[in-house]
Formats: sequence, C-alpha cells, structure tokens
Amino acid sequence: MKSEELARKIRIHAIKMVSHAHASHIGGILSCADIIAVLYNNIAKVYPNDPKNENRDRIILSKGHNGVAIYAVLAEMGFYSTDVLDTYGDNGGIFSSHISHKLVPGVELSTGSLGQGVCAACGMALNGKIRNKDYHVYAIVGDGECNEGSVWEIAMFSAQYKLDNFTVIIDRNKMQAMGNCNEVMDMEPLDKKWESFGWNVIMVADGNNHHALKEAFNKPIVEGKPTVIIANTVKGKGVSFMENSLLWHYRDPQGGDLKNALAELEENL
Amino acid sequence: MRDHVIAELVELGKIDDSIILATADLGFNVVEKYSSQFPNRYINTGIAEQSLTSIAAGLALEGNKVFTYSIGNFPTLRCIEQLRNLVCYHNANVKVLAVGGGFAYGTLGMTHHATEDIAMMRALPKMDVYVPADAIEAVLCLRELYKKEGPGYLRMARGKEPYIHKQNESIDVTKVIPIKESGEDVIILAAGTILSEAVRAFDILVSQNIKCSVYSVPCIKPLDEQNVRSLARKAKLLVTIEEHTVIGGLGGAVAEAISGISSHASLLRFGLNNEFTSIVGSQNYLRSVYHLDANEVAERVIRMIKGA
Repeated sequence: MKSEELARKIRIHAIKMVSHAHASHIGGILSCADIIAVLYNNIAKVYPNDPKNENRDRIILSKGHNGVAIYAVLAEMGFYSTDVLDTYGDNGGIFSSHISHKLVPGVELSTGSLGQGVCAACGMALNGKIRNKDYHVYAIVGDGECNEGSVWEIAMFSAQYKLDNFTVIIDRNKMQAMGNCNEVMDMEPLDKKWESFGWNVIMVADGNNHHALKEAFNKPIVEGKPTVIIANTVKGKGVSFMENSLLWHYRDPQGGDLKNALAELEENL
Repeated sequence: MRDHVIAELVELGKIDDSIILATADLGFNVVEKYSSQFPNRYINTGIAEQSLTSIAAGLALEGNKVFTYSIGNFPTLRCIEQLRNLVCYHNANVKVLAVGGGFAYGTLGMTHHATEDIAMMRALPKMDVYVPADAIEAVLCLRELYKKEGPGYLRMARGKEPYIHKQNESIDVTKVIPIKESGEDVIILAAGTILSEAVRAFDILVSQNIKCSVYSVPCIKPLDEQNVRSLARKAKLLVTIEEHTVIGGLGGAVAEAISGISSHASLLRFGLNNEFTSIVGSQNYLRSVYHLDANEVAERVIRMIKGA
C-alpha cells in the first residue's frame, strides 16, 4: 500500500471511530496521520504477525490522546482486523481514547498524561545502547506537549547518553487545548531549543507531505546524537472544515459533518 | 542500612546481568560500590526524578530489573504519576530505593522528611511497600523485592542505625516479626527504625507490670493481614508506631486490616497527625517533638490501658 493511501484510510477510520464514540481529539489525530502512516509503512521495522518481535522498532505515541490513529494503522497493517475498530469507545471495549497497550497487539506503551511516553521511550533507547540492540525508537510528541518539563529532562538525558537510536517526531500542528501554541505558551524557537540541548534537528516544512517526511526519516543518523524531526502539520488536516480549527480538538463529527468529512476523504487522492 | 542494601545489590548484580541501578544524582559515597563494578549498568539522570522513573520504566519494559535511588520524597512523590502510569500500570520491574525515610534527615528540613511516602506508594496498584527497621531487615527486603516481578518500594533510613536483629537470624520480612514478648495485653507494631523506640517503650511498660509484645512490620504491602488480625483479637490494645502520617501508612494499613473482623482491640496510632514537620532537629529530637519517643508512647499506652 502507498503511504498516502494508508494515511487516507487512517483518517477515514478515525472520523468514523470518533463519531461512533462521541470522542474528542480528531484534530490532532488528523494532523499526525501522515507521520504515522509513513513511519509504519515505510520506515519502521514492524511485525504484524509477531508484534513483540525483539528486532522491531519501538514506536511510542507520547501524545496519547491520538490513540485512534495508532489503532487504525495497526489494523490496516494487519495486527488485527479492521472490524474491531468499530468497537472504539464501547462499554467493555479494548480501545480507550488515550492509547492503551493492555489488550491491543502492537501498542508499545500506554500514554495519555503528556510528557511521559517520550521519557519511557528514552529508556527503551537507552536499553538498545546498553544491550547493543539495533532497533530504533520513535516517539511521536505534540508541540503543546513540549510544555511539559519532563520532555526537557529527557532532552538533556538523551544527548548526554548519546542516544542516536532515538528519534522524536514533533507533530507541530501549532494548537493546543486552549488556543494557539504561541499564545498559550510560546515554545519558539522550538528548533533552537532542541538544538541547544544537543539534538540533531530536522525541520519538515510540510509535515503532511509524505515525500518530505520520508526524506526526513531517511536522513542518516548523526552519530552520538538523538534526532528530533519537527514536522509542521495542519491540525484537522484532510477535512477542510476541521483544518486549523480548535473546535475540532473537542467536537465529534455527526450528521452532516460526518457525511461531509467522509465525502472529502473518500474523494481525495 | 543504605550501604548494606547497595552491597547486596552488588552481589545480585554479579549473578544477574539484567540489574540496572539508576540515580537522580544522589548517593555520593554510597552508589559507587555498585557503579564502579557495573559502569554499564549504572545511570545518573541528573537531578530529574520524572525522567529517572520514566527511563527506568522504559528499561524495565525491555527486560531489565531497574532499581531507582534517591532521597525520600524525590523518587516517590516528585514522580508519583510516572510511577502510577508507566511503572505500575505496565507492571514494570522498577524498584524504588529511597533513603532518609521519616525524620532520618532531621536537620535538613521538611522537604527532606518523607512523611507521606508510605501512604502514597501504598495506594498504587501492584506496588509493594517495605519499611525495614535495620540493615538486616533491609537486605532481606531487597531480596524480596528482587524476587518479585513488578513494582516495589524500599523505604530506608540513613545509615549507622542500631541492629535489632542478629546476623543470619532466620526472619521472614513478609510477615510481622516478633521482637519482644512479655504478654499480649498491649501489642506494639512498628515499621522502620522507630522500632527501637517501641523496644524502649516495651521496657518501660514491662517495668509497670503491663504485659506487652513488640513486632516489627517491614512489609506494609502486602500486609501480613492474617497475623495482624490474630494479634488484634488477642490484645486489649493494639499500637502502631511509624515516622509517617497516621493516615495511610502502617497505622492506616492495620486499621484497614482489622476493620474486617467483628471484634478486635482498640487501635492507637502513633505518627504525624495531619501536620508537617517544621522544627529543626535530630531524628531523636523530632521523634520527641512529634510524640513518637518511647516515653510518650509508654505514657499514652499506660493511660489507655489503666483507663485514666
């Protein structure tokens, strides 16, 4: 499957799931769908029939509120049937909004409290170094999430311990729960901050462009340095009326919104 | 106590390559015994307990047995949510080693007095909680924690505490451990080095012809409920002593355990009563200020038992 097609499927699943469960966070799910599609489809070593394979690359969704995007990609990759996605949010179901590893094959870590997943991911990368493993660890982090002090604790640690097997991808959709990032808590210049902590910084001007994402992921690692890919994305990407709209951090599409969102996604590509 | 625990960790480290010791930049002249021997299985996260705990969880999920080390409140309260979400929810094999439980760092001030840690760690699902009274118990507690797959907490004192037990004494730290016995009218349960005050209180009570016993309770979770309940049935007065708030620690755990039986002794809990330490002083001084020294304990027990 082409990664663009995979991303489109993630988005369609996500719209349906969020609608079905009356859940939140569709905006962020749509902004990181391309990063996730490219990562699973083209970059990371994953083993749908052997989810815990020792050689797998570890993918941690630190912005745990976008769990739907991972549930959908895992189903499309064959970790489990896409049919179970329909049970999202159901009583007794296995899928919580904030990603849970407990009953979902392929989910590496449960997250949801921001700034924590990326730190556990750092521990997994450290293990790779201590034990001479050749897996790579990827952590998907929100730009708003970078407000959390713990993110910067591992920013310093990863550089100190030369974790060049560790890549943080920042889904920089420029919005967080209460408004625009630069108005709520301005983290700019974000690239300079990471750089000053000793990271190899890769900027992706259009983080919803698969070619650009692949190019960024495929850049050779800088020996002795962890890498951060700062991907400029659009919150709500792929559904015109959700794009760059804070409302869709919270609202779930129903009725005409649901129909129109699906229509847009099904005609695109 | 801490030196013995680190020495034991070195011994375990020799036979088990999966052990990693992680500190948040504390343990000068303590952890070096380990770090010099296993430099590749030792990390210092800097003064950053949130990442200490999260990195430990990540390492543990990759198959390591990780021991985090710091002072009292820092590897516990400072990162309580990382412990909850990353360590306990994932049943990660992370053992928290904290030094300076209670008033052990007396003169350092309230930030360095761990007086709610037992309650907060105890509340976390899957987290076992050990509070040893001396170095011998501490080493045995470490071995119990090592054997367990999943989270644990070892609340240590500081160093140079008096020995309660003899070397090679056969004791089971998962149970309540009899220390002194002259009868069962008053049964005192103590957790941690404050056991020494309980023993002194015992001597005073015996001199007043009160039949009394003292037990050490190094394992607060899972509590030896069966024996605690049996003691509560036998005694007229059950007493708990801890350098900790009376809410949720040893006293709380014992209250919960005996609440399930229809008849039991009254329970008198010694500890901090909804208060912080705000006075400077040595550990012994603070024990007396907060009514945890042997004389105060004995006096209150005598008043209770004689109905005064």
